Amino acid sequence: MKCEEEIVELMHEYLDEEIDPQNEMILREHLKGCKDCEILFNEYKKTIAVVKGTSRMQAPPNLTSKVMARLPKEKKKVGMQRWLRNHPLIAAASLFFVLMMGSVFSTWNQEREFSVSKQENLVVQNNTVIVPEGEVVKGDVTVRNGTLKIEGEVQGDVTVINGKQYLASAGNVTGQIEEVNEVFDWIWYHMKKTALEVIDIFDENEE
Amino acid sequence: MDALIKKRIKQVIKGDQDAFADIVEIYSNSIYQLGYRMLGNRHEAEDIAQEAFIRAYVNIKSFNQDLKFSTWLFRIATNLCIDRIRKKKPDYYLDAEVSGTDGLTMYSQLSSDSPLPENELESLELQEIVQKEILKLPEKYRSVIVLKYIEELSLNEISEILDMPLGTVKTRIHRGREALRQQLRYV
Repeated sequence: MKCEEEIVELMHEYLDEEIDPQNEMILREHLKGCKDCEILFNEYKKTIAVVKGTSRMQAPPNLTSKVMARLPKEKKKVGMQRWLRNHPLIAAASLFFVLMMGSVFSTWNQEREFSVSKQENLVVQNNTVIVPEGEVVKGDVTVRNGTLKIEGEVQGDVTVINGKQYLASAGNVTGQIEEVNEVFDWIWYHMKKTALEVIDIFDENEE
Repeated sequence: MDALIKKRIKQVIKGDQDAFADIVEIYSNSIYQLGYRMLGNRHEAEDIAQEAFIRAYVNIKSFNQDLKFSTWLFRIATNLCIDRIRKKKPDYYLDAEVSGTDGLTMYSQLSSDSPLPENELESLELQEIVQKEILKLPEKYRSVIVLKYIEELSLNEISEILDMPLGTVKTRIHRGREALRQQLRYV
């Protein structure tokens, strides 16, 4: 090239789109008067156009699946987390269910042992609770895992959980008699009890 | 799209592997293209693309989320290409024209049932020539030319991808341009 390096440098600046207006004027003026530089400049521009014009390659269609198959295995925990994220309602419901059933069964199992509400004149023989004839028991009587024989009088409700109650002809209960045997009955009983307690609290507040 | 990429990256970092599929899908063409222009054949291009994505996945936690993901990904892919070029035998370029055409040779095109129209044939021929000339460039000029004119990235991005000063990138582009001009001016 006969022309100075300086002009070639300006061409590169132009091609890099980094030329300032002043230099662009100098370049344009020079190209008007210099055939060699004009040819060179056009060759550059053509080269770029040809390189840019190469067709764009498409990646093989299964590239993504191949990459995904080669990724290191993700931890189980994460798969679970994603499932939870995608099904928040089911997740919440099942978590609630699991916790609730857990607590229900643990209480149920804890209460396998024989027990009875404390009233002075109740007679306990092995797993049998007797309200003796002629006696009056005041308050609610609750028997767990045992049998209740009522020969006297109970002034209150009677509840037998996991057991039987026998009401003798002479016996008398002023309140309700309830027998709870199945787990679900027992849950229902608990719910009713809780609800009644809540109502009681409101009643007390009103008083 | 940047927002989508950011979101997917966050999911991947949390461990959601499936979110990575979208990232691969979005960049697969440009990374494959980079590999093809740098290495000269489809098989190696696919290989390099897979490797780049897997490396990106494995190292995703080291990616600075304030930066552009594509720059980071291109850096991984470009480095893989450069490593591979350096490992190759120097006489590789002599047979590049065979592997570069890989299933798309002029002859296979000619022998197909419908003959190509004259101008399409010429453009195909030109494609081959350009690809061959890019592959003839020394690796340091080839990478800047491919990133600049095939991937159409800015000089600043290229400087980040190659981790070299802007001035060096410019010098290499100028030299690469000059080398290509000498080879392609009569096509």
